[in-house]
Amino acid sequence: MPENKQVEITNAQQQIAIEALGLNIHYGDFLAVNNIDLKIIKNKVTAIIGPSGCGKSTVLRAFNRMNDLVAAARVSGEILYQDINIYDPEIDPVEVRRKIGMVFQKPNPFPKSIYENVAWGARINGFSGNMDELVEESLQHAALWDEVKDKLDQSGLSLSGGQQQRLCIARTIAIKPDIILMDEPASALDPIATLRIEELIRSLSKDYTIIIVTHNMQQAARASDFTAFFSVDENRSGYLVEYGITDSLFTNPQEQITEDYITGRFG
Amino acid sequence: MQPQIATRWPLFDSIFHNDLVFQDWEENYSHTYLYFLNWLDLQFITSPQSSDVVRAGVRTAILGSIWTISIAILFAFPIGVGAAIYLEEYAEENTINRIIQTNINNLAGVPSIIYGMLGLTIFVRALEQITSGAMFGYGDPSTANGRTVLSAGLTLGILILPLLIINSQEAIKAVPNSLRFASLGLGATQWQTIWHHVLPGALPGILTGTILSISRAIGETAPMVVVGASTFITVDPDNAFSKFTTLPIQIYQWTARPQEEFRSLAAAAIIVLLFMLLSMNASAVILRNRFSRRK
Repeated sequence: MPENKQVEITNAQQQIAIEALGLNIHYGDFLAVNNIDLKIIKNKVTAIIGPSGCGKSTVLRAFNRMNDLVAAARVSGEILYQDINIYDPEIDPVEVRRKIGMVFQKPNPFPKSIYENVAWGARINGFSGNMDELVEESLQHAALWDEVKDKLDQSGLSLSGGQQQRLCIARTIAIKPDIILMDEPASALDPIATLRIEELIRSLSKDYTIIIVTHNMQQAARASDFTAFFSVDENRSGYLVEYGITDSLFTNPQEQITEDYITGRFG
Repeated sequence: MQPQIATRWPLFDSIFHNDLVFQDWEENYSHTYLYFLNWLDLQFITSPQSSDVVRAGVRTAILGSIWTISIAILFAFPIGVGAAIYLEEYAEENTINRIIQTNINNLAGVPSIIYGMLGLTIFVRALEQITSGAMFGYGDPSTANGRTVLSAGLTLGILILPLLIINSQEAIKAVPNSLRFASLGLGATQWQTIWHHVLPGALPGILTGTILSISRAIGETAPMVVVGASTFITVDPDNAFSKFTTLPIQIYQWTARPQEEFRSLAAAAIIVLLFMLLSMNASAVILRNRFSRRK
């Protein structure tokens, strides 16, 4: 990526929450993601967009070491969080995931009560304060409290898909992470539920740094402050094409391939 | 004067050809009393073994079966579930683990008499000091040897171990990965994930597998013969170092007797065995349903 495209981001005088440096990810012998440099700005929403197979979810999972769970995945390069490389052998991935939470594509609440869904993560992380307050606060933050306050003891699985996804967001908020990763959080939801999730993402960005992977460009345009566009090179490896403020990337893309993608000519 | 048995008629005749029985009695045995005996009654279940067919019961055998099965489960359940967790959640995909997996699958199909010989060699003979209780000052000094409840229980435990492991593995495999990711994504350790999410999700399946294993073990006869179940014993087993018999052994022993009435006794014992099996399976189903409803 040419240097001048990084400029407008670093000039914004923002704090960097997490940063990928020369990130390569292999699946076995296959290079899935090639040499990514990406600075994520604190308390902003960063969207990662790109065609299928460009490695955007793979990069997202690298930010909280979820790739460790894929036996064949191998990560090289650095991801710096608070000046520490989270891939340092000394670092416990469990600690990383406590600071960098994740919301998955398909809502996956635990087969427990709504209350327990929110409380469990906090409890295993050693939370010792008032659990009822934490649950209420987290559910309110996730814009779910009013819908579930009378049925906290019901199963999380009894909720609708959109509510389940907000429950998953609430349980992530409850462990008070710095950064929330969202892997296509609305792709399994209907348009109205999607809109609610997007509003939620906007309001959460006041307190959290959010990185969201989406294949929906309107969603990226509506919900994010910064957008990173990934594409696939001739070896089917994903790479970062262009990264910038969302508005300028969508209105004035610097690369032809970005323009082709956002105008729907390919992808 | 002791009452004497003049003659007897088979169960089938007394039920379906009742009139012929009466006719025969009137013609040939009119100087005697005619009784229709019910073999399967409370007295049969609560009495110990006896050489008198009327007084003989299955209490000793039932207790022997319960003792051996309990020891087998106490031994095999933790090891089996632990092995399943290791193989599914921790073990890497490599040659050694593949060999272990293949061996477990093969062991599940080994004839039970082989396990009996293994039990005889290891538990009865090699570990005699432990299994006879001599080391702990227990046991019957006159016949102190390793043919005890403990040896039989451990043999049955090894017999059902592969079944337990395979069933538990299947149950653990059936827990969706999304649940594991959700838990790990919240900063849970791998063990917290297993303990709070994988095991509760797999528990109904593990319980079903355990019950199936118990059903297999409770009916096993061949390894018990080899390990040395007593064929005639009137003393109830009251500790792990007691001599013992089990229901299938008792049934086998009664059918092998020359006197015809012992076969009726065996038939009654078979019904007891079947009842035990079915009621255990039923309680497992109830238990499992309760667990899956709690979700």
